Amino acid sequence: MKRRNFLKACLIGGATISLGKTNKGWASGSFEGYPEAMGVLVDTTRCIGCRSCEAACNKEQSLPEPDTSFDDKSVFQAERRTTAKAYTVVNEYEKDKPGGPVYRKMQCNHCNEPACLTSCFVNAYTKTKEGAVIYNSKVCVGCRNCMIACPFNVPAYDYESVTNPIIKKCILCYDTRLKVGRPPACVDICPKEALTFGHRADLVKIAHERIRATPDRYHDHVYGEKEVGGTSWLYLASTDFSKVGFDTTMANEPIISNVKEFLGMVPMVLTIWPALFSGIHLLSKKNAHDEHGHDTESTQEDR
Amino acid sequence: MPHYKHLIFGALSLCAISVSHPSAAPCAPMPDTVTLNLNGRLFQPFSFDHANHIALIKECSDCHHHATGTLVLDPNCARCHQNSSAIAVVSCKGCHSSTPFSPETIAATRAKTDRYHLDRLGLKGAMHKSCIGCHSKEGAGPVGCQDCHTRSKEGDAFYSSDRLGAKPANAEGH
Repeated sequence: MKRRNFLKACLIGGATISLGKTNKGWASGSFEGYPEAMGVLVDTTRCIGCRSCEAACNKEQSLPEPDTSFDDKSVFQAERRTTAKAYTVVNEYEKDKPGGPVYRKMQCNHCNEPACLTSCFVNAYTKTKEGAVIYNSKVCVGCRNCMIACPFNVPAYDYESVTNPIIKKCILCYDTRLKVGRPPACVDICPKEALTFGHRADLVKIAHERIRATPDRYHDHVYGEKEVGGTSWLYLASTDFSKVGFDTTMANEPIISNVKEFLGMVPMVLTIWPALFSGIHLLSKKNAHDEHGHDTESTQEDR
Repeated sequence: MPHYKHLIFGALSLCAISVSHPSAAPCAPMPDTVTLNLNGRLFQPFSFDHANHIALIKECSDCHHHATGTLVLDPNCARCHQNSSAIAVVSCKGCHSSTPFSPETIAATRAKTDRYHLDRLGLKGAMHKSCIGCHSKEGAGPVGCQDCHTRSKEGDAFYSSDRLGAKPANAEGH
């Protein structure tokens, strides 16, 4: 009887462990984005660095007034990153090179499998079917794990409020525009149509078609098509992407793939292991107790 | 005498070429000026001197592709449009949508599965590409935003230049 119970427990435990694995970790890493997800193709060869996208973002998202006006071109002297007051910034590269300068707009890339979402233990992040990675400040505890996890250094923390932690980043104008199918404010304002809005699947094709039609104009790579499992924002450039502010050391695997085996084990270790091992412990203890001469019905049966 | 024969022959053949390829095909009445940015909110509408550009550029197809004027010269376009004749729609807005990214336009483009030109610029993008692209060649023309269209009061507020009073628009050009 005892051995039967023990085997039964092992069987149930094993089944639960394998089920836990398939549900959590194993399914991830192969997700290629929602089929109808939208995105933006940034053609850096078209950008003239007018900073209109920054102004449009500032007004659309009701962000604080900037330190200097959006006409100020002196901001290009230093490489900027996104902050809680600016969800998008344009940087200048290759200024004195032939064919330069090259301008590159930076904002949240809205990954297919966002590392910020993976790292968040209160599920403050959501990847919507429209492609946006949105954030819920109501459940955020301000741990800032997402800031560390993001491979593009995008999420910024609003240090103004002590009691109400808020991460600030581009949400692809989800609330005001994307939800109803409209393009984000930066795309609408761009005078040169350096930003093309559309279904991500279509944009990938358009990007490759531009390279094919005018190979002299482009470096043969679409940044964001495969990087970290693919992003909703895609980029074209005339030179190697590493020269114009992109991290080209990024693997094509989504960030979650680095941790999925570990994450798959967490529910097992935290829930199943304690129950399983205390069960085994209790059984073995009982067994040892029995062997000291207190024969029971079951032990007799076993003999 | 044989020399004259050759000359006459040559002259005749040149005439034939110029007749079969008229430099400016007969087309819709050409406006001398076009008011652009009519619905502009941040930048004011302005008058585009079409007549002056015709005198300067001469080749209609430089801006109007294969829609009017001479045959296309762009080798990429020529692959299909080598022999395309002029078409009825000549104005920019006839082909380039003023709302290229609206859900309706995107859905319409997706529905037309037989269309080749899926990557078509919107009206604003096409105009800026055409104007700035040509103007930036050896200083051929103005490239600063306000060199063509003056910014409105709303535009000044939009670019936060009214209250911060930083540098004037396009102080350094592009």
